[in-house]
Amino acid sequence: MADMVLDAKGLSCPLPILRAKKALKDLPTGATLEIQATDPGSVKDFEAFCRQTGNELVEHHMDDKVYVFTLRHTG
Amino acid sequence: MLDETNAKSMSIIVTKGTLDWAYPPFILATTAAAMGLNVTMFFTFYGLTLLKKDLKLKVNPLGNAAMEMPMAGGHMAMPNIMAALPGATALTTAMMKNMIKKKGVASIAELRDLAIEADVHMIGCQMTMDLFEYKPSDMIDNITIGGAATWVDTATGCDINLYI
Repeated sequence: MADMVLDAKGLSCPLPILRAKKALKDLPTGATLEIQATDPGSVKDFEAFCRQTGNELVEHHMDDKVYVFTLRHTG
Repeated sequence: MLDETNAKSMSIIVTKGTLDWAYPPFILATTAAAMGLNVTMFFTFYGLTLLKKDLKLKVNPLGNAAMEMPMAGGHMAMPNIMAALPGATALTTAMMKNMIKKKGVASIAELRDLAIEADVHMIGCQMTMDLFEYKPSDMIDNITIGGAATWVDTATGCDINLYI
């Protein structure tokens, strides 16, 4: 269970990334954030976001047409 | 690496101010800022209108043969002769805004607010202000007014420089 859940379903690029960044700001280092998105581009985008910011992409999977990402705030 | 210490930077020259062309610069600026880059936007010519307090963005397919709208399962382009008629801009703008809302795409006003919130540095072109007779009071607060040299100075230190 993540420390915080962000519902980004129905949002298009770049909103899932921008909302995730905002949410991470409010999380202490080491805490986890679950992001739920329906934008198919978000898979590549969250990989790139984590590569650039140093946050850890713990895992991602699909749950009935929803992309679920778990990020750890390490950046 | 810390979010806030990604020392990379990006500048974008924004030259277009229609509803469609307003998207690429603001999407890239907000995303880069979210990824820790220092971002500068230089608004010149028609791009300068994107800094106006009162955003009234419009789009017209006239002369843009690539602009198709999804319609009845296919795509339709508006012939130039129709796009030139009175009301065509209002119609196309309304269709585009409706699509934007329906597809969960952010509005330009929202993206601009997010860019400001993310400390994106915005420079309005002084020459364009003078040319089209805009007053600083027409523009949003917290922008810098500067010229080509201001952008060149910024761009020499940037990892990415874009012209849109």
